Formats: sequence, C-alpha cells, structure tokens
Amino acid sequence: MTHISDDTCSEDAVLATRRENRVWKKFKSHRSAMIGGGLAAFFILIAVLAPILPVVEPTATDWFAVRKAPSLVHPFGTDEIGRDVLSRMVWGAQASLLAGVVSVAIAIGLGVPLGILAGYFSGWTDAIISRCTEALLAAPFLVLAIALAAFLGPSLTNAMIAIGISATPIFVRLTRGQVLSVKAEDYVESARAVGLPTHKILSRYILPNVLPPILVQATLSIATAIIAEASLSFLGLGQQAPAPSWGQMLNTAKNFLHQAPWMALWPGIAIFLVVLGFNLLGDGLRDALDPREK
Amino acid sequence: MKFARNVLLFSTITMTAMSASAQDLRIGLQSDADVLDPDQSRSFVGRIVYASLCDKLVDITPDLKIIPQLATSWSWTDDGKKLTLKLREGVVFHDGTPFNAEAVARNITRSQTMPESRRKSEVSSVESTTVLGEYEIAINLKQPDSTLLAQLADRSGMMVSPDAAEAAGADFGLKPVCSGAFEFVERVAQDRIVLKKFDDYWNKDAINFDTVTYLPIPDNTVRLANLLSGDIHILDRLAATDLQQAKASSAVNVTSAVSLGYQGLTMNIDNGEQANTPWGKDKRVRQALSYSIDREILNNVVFNGAFAAGNQAFPPNSPWYDKSHPIPERDLAKAKALLAEAGYPNGLDIEISVPNTNVPTQVTQVVQAMAAEAGINIKLVTKEFATLLADDSAGNYQASQIGWSGRVDPDGNIHQFVTTGGGINDSNYSNAKVDELLNAARQFSDPEKRQLSYAAANKILQDELPIIYLYHPTWIFGVTPELSGFTTYPDGMIRLENVKFEK
Amino acid sequence: MLSFVLRRLLIAIPTIILISVFVFTLQKLLPGDPVLAMAGEERDPQVLEYLRNKYRLNDPIFIQYINWIGNAFVGDLGISLRTNQPVLELIMEKLPVTIQLAVIAILIALVIGIPTGILSAVKKGSAVDYCANAIALSGLSIPNFWLGIMLILLVSVRWQLLPASGYVPFFEDPLKSVSVMIMPAFVLGTALAATLMRHTRSAMLDVLKSDYVRTARAKGLKEQTVVLKHAFRNAATPIVTLTALLFGELIAGAVLTEQIFTIPGFGKLIVDAVFNRDYAVVQGVVLVTAVGFILMNLLADVAYVLLNPRLRSSS
Repeated sequence: MTHISDDTCSEDAVLATRRENRVWKKFKSHRSAMIGGGLAAFFILIAVLAPILPVVEPTATDWFAVRKAPSLVHPFGTDEIGRDVLSRMVWGAQASLLAGVVSVAIAIGLGVPLGILAGYFSGWTDAIISRCTEALLAAPFLVLAIALAAFLGPSLTNAMIAIGISATPIFVRLTRGQVLSVKAEDYVESARAVGLPTHKILSRYILPNVLPPILVQATLSIATAIIAEASLSFLGLGQQAPAPSWGQMLNTAKNFLHQAPWMALWPGIAIFLVVLGFNLLGDGLRDALDPREK
Repeated sequence: MKFARNVLLFSTITMTAMSASAQDLRIGLQSDADVLDPDQSRSFVGRIVYASLCDKLVDITPDLKIIPQLATSWSWTDDGKKLTLKLREGVVFHDGTPFNAEAVARNITRSQTMPESRRKSEVSSVESTTVLGEYEIAINLKQPDSTLLAQLADRSGMMVSPDAAEAAGADFGLKPVCSGAFEFVERVAQDRIVLKKFDDYWNKDAINFDTVTYLPIPDNTVRLANLLSGDIHILDRLAATDLQQAKASSAVNVTSAVSLGYQGLTMNIDNGEQANTPWGKDKRVRQALSYSIDREILNNVVFNGAFAAGNQAFPPNSPWYDKSHPIPERDLAKAKALLAEAGYPNGLDIEISVPNTNVPTQVTQVVQAMAAEAGINIKLVTKEFATLLADDSAGNYQASQIGWSGRVDPDGNIHQFVTTGGGINDSNYSNAKVDELLNAARQFSDPEKRQLSYAAANKILQDELPIIYLYHPTWIFGVTPELSGFTTYPDGMIRLENVKFEK
Repeated sequence: MLSFVLRRLLIAIPTIILISVFVFTLQKLLPGDPVLAMAGEERDPQVLEYLRNKYRLNDPIFIQYINWIGNAFVGDLGISLRTNQPVLELIMEKLPVTIQLAVIAILIALVIGIPTGILSAVKKGSAVDYCANAIALSGLSIPNFWLGIMLILLVSVRWQLLPASGYVPFFEDPLKSVSVMIMPAFVLGTALAATLMRHTRSAMLDVLKSDYVRTARAKGLKEQTVVLKHAFRNAATPIVTLTALLFGELIAGAVLTEQIFTIPGFGKLIVDAVFNRDYAVVQGVVLVTAVGFILMNLLADVAYVLLNPRLRSSS
C-alpha cells in the first residue's frame, strides 16, 4: 500500500506546488507514460472530433460494395452490409471510450464514498460494506457484468452501468484501505482531538490523501472497462446496431474471418492500442505519485 | 512434482489404450439440442438427432411426399375422420420391447396427456385410438384433419419405448429409448451426443456407421474450420457467406435445399397498448414498409444470394405458394404515396425488435437503410432471444423480426400465426374470413381444394400484412468428399440411410 | 494458525449468504419468461402453467429462495430447465474441463512470466528489461477474445495446424487433449504471464536490494546462485500467493475463451445458461464459483502466512 508522507497533506501552498512540480517532472521524464498519454489522447481526440472528421456516415450502406477489401475509396475496407469500416472505427472510438470513462466514473461515484464510510466509521458500517464488497468480488467480474447486462437489457448504457457496478468493489476496497492508514496518522488524530467536524476532516485530510492512488486505479480501470465493454459487445450485450463500437464490430467480424479478415483486424488493433495507452499512463502515474521511488 | 509424475504415468497408460474407429461419423451442429424426449423437445437441432435415434410412423421424401417408415401403409375413411395404419412387423425398440399397435396407442396417449408434452396441439384432433390387431391400429379424429399425417412424419410420430417412457417419466430425455437406426450412448451437454448402431434395427443393411457423434459448434467459422481439417464429416447449416470459400475447397462438398421455414417482420396489430400506432391500425403504412424493401438485394447482401427471397408463408418453390402474388418489386414511389395517403407525407417512425444475434441484426439493418429511403425511420430494439419471445407474446413490441423453422404440412406454417386466438398469433391479428379459409383448409383432403383456400387467405394477408415475409433460409450442408449418398431435405434433417464412407 | 483459518471461514459465511441472495434476486429480475423459452413452439396455456408449478415459479420469491438454498445446502442445485440434467451433475462435468484449461494456462504463464521477470529484474534498466516490460504490457492490453479469433484464423483456418474447437478428456487421449487446449490456454495465459512477470520483477527488485542478498554477494557466491537460490526463494512468497489468487480469476477469464473455442467448460455453461434463461444453472454455477473463489482466497492467505515465518507468530 502506498504511504504518503506528511508534507503532502500540509496546507502550505508552497510545499503543495513544489510537490505537484515534482510529480509532473517525474511524469514527464517517464517516457512510456508519455507514450501512453499520447496514445490515449490520440483516441480521445478521434472520438471527440468524429463529427467533423472527413469520413462518410458510419451507417451509410452500399449494397454493391459488401465486404470489400481495403482500397483507396475505403482505406479500411467495407463491412458485412457495405458500410465504410474506417468511418465505423472512428465513430466506434466514441462508444468504446465513453464506455471506459463513464463506467469508471460510476465505479468511483459509488465506490469512493462507500470506501470512505467503511474506512472512517468502521464498526457495523464497515462490516456491512466490506461483506457486500467481498460478495461482489467473489463473483467473477465478467460473469457479474454479463448477468447485469442481461438483466438490464442489451444496450451501451446498460453495459456501462453493468461494468461500473462490477468495478465498484475494487474502489471500495482501495479507498477503505487508504482511509484506514491515513486515519491513524498523527495529524488526523490531533485534528479530531481539537474537535474538527467530521466532514472537514474528511474533505481536508482524508480525501486529498486518498485521491492519488484512486487516480492511478481509475486510469488502469478505464483500460479494463474498455476491454469489458468490448467483451460484452462481443457477446451481443453492449452497443447495439446500427451504431458501431469496436467490440460489436468484432462480434460481427468473427463470422466473416474467411472472406473479410480486415473486419476483425482494425477493431482489435484499436482496442489493443487504446488499452495499452491507458495502461502505460496508469503505470506512469503510479511511479510519479509514488513517493518511495525517487 | 509428484503430481507431474503421476500425470505422466497416467498418460502413458492411456496412450496405449486409445484407438480410433474408422466408422465413426462426426456431425457438427449449429447449436446444442435441448431435452432428448420427442414429446418434450422444442429445438430444431434436437430433431436432427432424432432423425437417427427415433423412427417415426411415416417419413417424407425430398419433395415432401409422405412415405412409409414404421407404418407400411395407411388409409382414410371417406369422411376423413378415421386413419387406419398397418404397422411394420419385426421391429423392436432399443430396450428389446417389441413394436406393435399397443405401443403406438400408448405413444399417442403420451403425446396427448403427459403434462410436459409440447406435442398436444399437434395431435389435438385425435379423439381416440383403436387397436385392430397386433400390427394394425385406427386413429379416430374429432374432425377431419389433413395435417395429421405430416405431424406423424415429425416428432408426434416418433415412437418411444412405452415401458421405458413410463418408468422414466419426465426424465426420459436423459436416456431416450426409441427404435431408430442408432441407440443412445451418452450426452455431455454443450459438447457431444453419441449414438451407436442398433444391431436389431429393421433396416440395418442401409446403415453404414458404427457410431454417430453430434458436436454442437455454434461459431460458423470454427465449424467450417473443423470440416476443412477433417474433424467433422457433415456440417449443419453452412453460413451462406461461407459458400464461396467452401465451394472452392476440394475438402468440402456442398449440398443445399430451400427450407420450409420463413423469416419476416411480425407486426403488432392488436396485442396490447403498443398496437395503438399507425403500424397496428393502418394497413397502408404496413404496405408502404413492404414496398420499401428490395427482397432480392436483401438476399444478395446478407446471404450472398444463397437464400430465397419471399413474401408468403411458403417459399416460392413450394406447391402451396400462391403464384398470383409474386414477390413485389421494390417501389419507393408507391411506398411514399401510401404513407402520404395514410396521412404521413413526412415519414413515420417505427420500432422493430430484433434478436441480438448476427443474421437478424444484419437483415434488419439492411431493411432499416432501405425503409429510410421511403421516409420510414426504423429504430432497432435489440433484445436477447428469450426476452424477445416473452415480449412478443406479451405484446411489448411494434414489429418484431422473427421467423419459423417450417413444417411439412402448409397448415403448420400459417394457421397458428394468423387465425384468431392461434397459439403463436403474437400479432393478435383476427379476420373471420381468414379463420374460415384456414380452418377449412385443415379439413379438406383434396390438395387442390386446400390450395384454393390458402390462395384465398393469402390474398387477404397480402393486403393486410400482419406478417411482412422477407426470406426463406436455405439449408446448406458441407459434407466431406469421402462421404457418399447424403441427400438434403427441405426439413433440414440429416438422414443417414445409405450414407457411407467411400473406399 | 487454526484459529486464523477458523476466523476466516466464519467471515466467509455471511459473504456466501450475501452472494446467494444477490444471485438469486438478480436471476428473478432477468427479463424474459423461462417457461416461454422452455415451451418453445408449444404455447398451450395449460402446459405453461404446469411447467410454472413444476419449477415452483409461482411461489413467492422468498419461499423460492429458501427452497433453493435449503436444497443447495444438501447438494441439490435443481435441474437444468433446458436439458433436464441435474445442475450439480453439469457442474461436476464441466469443472474438470475448465480446471484443465486453467492448469495449462497457468503452466504457460509460469514458464513465460517467471524467467522473464527474474531476468528483467537482474538486468534492470537494460534493453532486455525494456523489451520484457513492453511485451508484458502488450500481453495485458490485448483483448484475449480478439487474440483468440486471430489465432483461429491463422493457426486453424489458414495453416490448419491445430483444431479450432472442442475438448478431449486428458486421460482419454493426452496428446489430442493438449493439442486441442494449447491455443485457448495460451490465450488465457498471456495476460496472466504478463501479471506474473511484473510481480516477479518487482518482488525480485525488492529482494535484490535487501541486506540479505548483499551479504550473500559479499560472501563471494556466484551471481547465479545469489539470484536463484537466495533472492528468488524469498521473492517466491508473493508469487505463490498471487498464482493462487489468479487461479480464481482464470476460471472467470475462461468465460470468453471457452465461448470462442467452443470448449464445454464452466464459462460456456454459465453464458449459455444466462442466454437461455436457465435459472437453476446460472444460480448454481455462480454459487459454486463464488464459494470456490473464497476458498482460493483463503488458501492464498494461509499459504502467505505459512511461507512468511514473521507473520506466523503475529497471526
């Protein structure tokens, strides 16, 4: 578990800035983290700019150009009903990244408050939250997501909710552990002794200390969530036709491996790259935020 | 370490014990069968297994003529209310019980009265049976039923060993005992069903395999890869889009037959709240939707042209097809005009429920693109198949892309879908004239009269369109070239009589 | 030690009860009528009603739960709505398949992950280290279902080297059994190998910095001996625990892999059951998986304490 030294929590603005500088410097010198950030930024840019990029409509069909190999007109080829694969890749980036970010946001929104509650108040609150977390953790992540997605009905939104809920326990556990260790620190003890109200202690001392590891975990979880969305879509439980997502494109493509292998190639590579990007970024952040390694 | 040594030891022992039988036929199925009891079964693939496991009273030819199997001949009384069957002698069930008129009577009773029976509606016209002799039985009907023989050529006509069935009750499917060419050996769910040659089979000279293994392999690509590598010998339902590749390979022979089934859009006419849209209430907008679709292009895009475009409950090559209503040409002007006439010159929205599997999604996406050009804005609502079934039945849909595997008798493709209160009439469509015509068609024994009835009903259905038919699948089988004598049937079954390995 | 295990077991009980409640309610909330799916093309209302009663779907949900959990306690998990087979029998049939897959995957992961981890720790900062790290991250980032279909495309369809699907029990035909499983196990093992490599590397780095290793070096022992005999033996503790934990994750990871390679294992059982609304099977499988998962965790903890003499006394 990451322990954060006292200076990071002091209210001295100079010290805080200095620390930020140090983190940023460390991060900047971390070459792979920069590559990861670049990859992630590239795909985020594509997703955001999809409406103004010079690609055809992702749902425009050409019934006389079905499953055509890459060419000048269709650089990535066409799909099973004659749509441009490049355009679907670009628009699919939206679905995949959205799924990654939104589901992690859901997991954080649920997990962090619960983790703080469990860690700070302990006793029964902790017991109940911890048992529930363990119960959720004991059901395999993907199985849980599949069951939830099936229960909610196949759609991108529901897939995001399902993935978000399935990823929540990790954040509960992480936050709880973090809170427990911070709570034992002297300055928190003394703040309590002086009679500082709970919400002030939480917002002033606990939260800032809990955030860095959560940031790291969030970045890594986005990577996991993107793969999870692709997996659900691959099983038909994520993004629904005619809107594209990479996983859904792979789901269709697996039926045409013989005749149109390119249909399976691009989405796979894209998922790989964007997930690699977030993984690198997460690793870099962890190193940068870890005070132990100098 | 100790574990590893043990494993090594075991493997050397078992290595010497293995041997491969040359006469094992391996068949790759598209999905896993459900319970293996003809009276409880409901899946299409289950019927493929029965084709070798359970003999029926009668069978069909590739052009749908009824021919003898366990019944050698039959006759109807003039009023059409009594069917007398002469039975094959010297037939025994897999458990050695002799097959006779008594067994037939008990089988029909089982289909009718077993609480779990899914065959009840198929034999609902049967009032009683009379055993006339050891090998002769009469089936007495409540009213004439010209569909009965076709039912007896399917699961309702499959004979199970009555004693074994009685002893096992609802668990019969765990170890089915029939009288077919092969007997049950074992089943590992989702993995394999193994049958072995039945030594006392009445027609055993026509059987050339010692065992048959059915392997469910849902993925099209994987299934084909198995055929190409020789791991399976017959492949059930080759994907139409794989046809070119399969034909180009010397390791595969391809054979096909247009199926008896159909796929289409079932429109919610009067099933609950969701029917209260122009789509349920105004036939003109349904006609507009139908006119906006180019069924030939649909077939070309999604199925490489290997399936059959369709606009009726029966495929165009069927004798029951109404030739006075051929597949309509796509007519966008007419579609737009009909929409305008109905009061929607600026177009109209519709939600279509779709199972979240590949082929239906592709089909509806093409339909969506086509209809858009006529101003019909389709929203696809994808559901898992189980949800779709429940929603359709409960009226929780506007239109639904669903189909039917098809039956030998035309009645099975149409009656229960469009008659008032019909078993699968999810549209809740009701038209007294259609009811009258289709009920009459059930009772006529003269095929010509039946055909006239179906044509008259079709005329109304083409106008009112409770179901917009789109296409008829083709059963495409991939078969290894070593195998000879394999014939495709429109019912998609795999019959193994006279099929054998060459050389 | 014994009290430690007992305490952990006691804590596991409410967790298991929670899971069972959770799975059960989720199942009941799933849209789609299982009876309709079961009845198939026969929609006789009488049959539907009979089936509903037979599977006790008309009882209040609380009663249904009590019945189910009560029966589960004595080993009866009900029967599959689809094939009528007992759920326990199905699970017992599928479990060995997935375990075999997981064992081969772990072997692959160990063979790849540990040596590269050690190497990259010893050569920290070198090209070898960078390469190993890059490959490990790629292994973590590649969607394994995609890897699966690509392998099928190349190895089975194009080159026709290995079968694309199926399962042969190990003791029936070991050679064929392994040849069928090698591809899916590789797919499953890649991410695992990457995780193992990264953990081995960091555990080794920690140990290599320790006084203990410094002493060993100072004694003039050969570098190879220092690394393998002294350092790795100490670094092995967290790796063993990790492997035990990952085993549970593997069973879950098998879900997609089994789907792609048509392996009749645990993962395929549960996915097909969810899609077929085969309630009894889903409930049973998740319950068994969860219990297994908890036991694996417990085992990992116990192993950790046993391997770590310092912790033994404090527990």
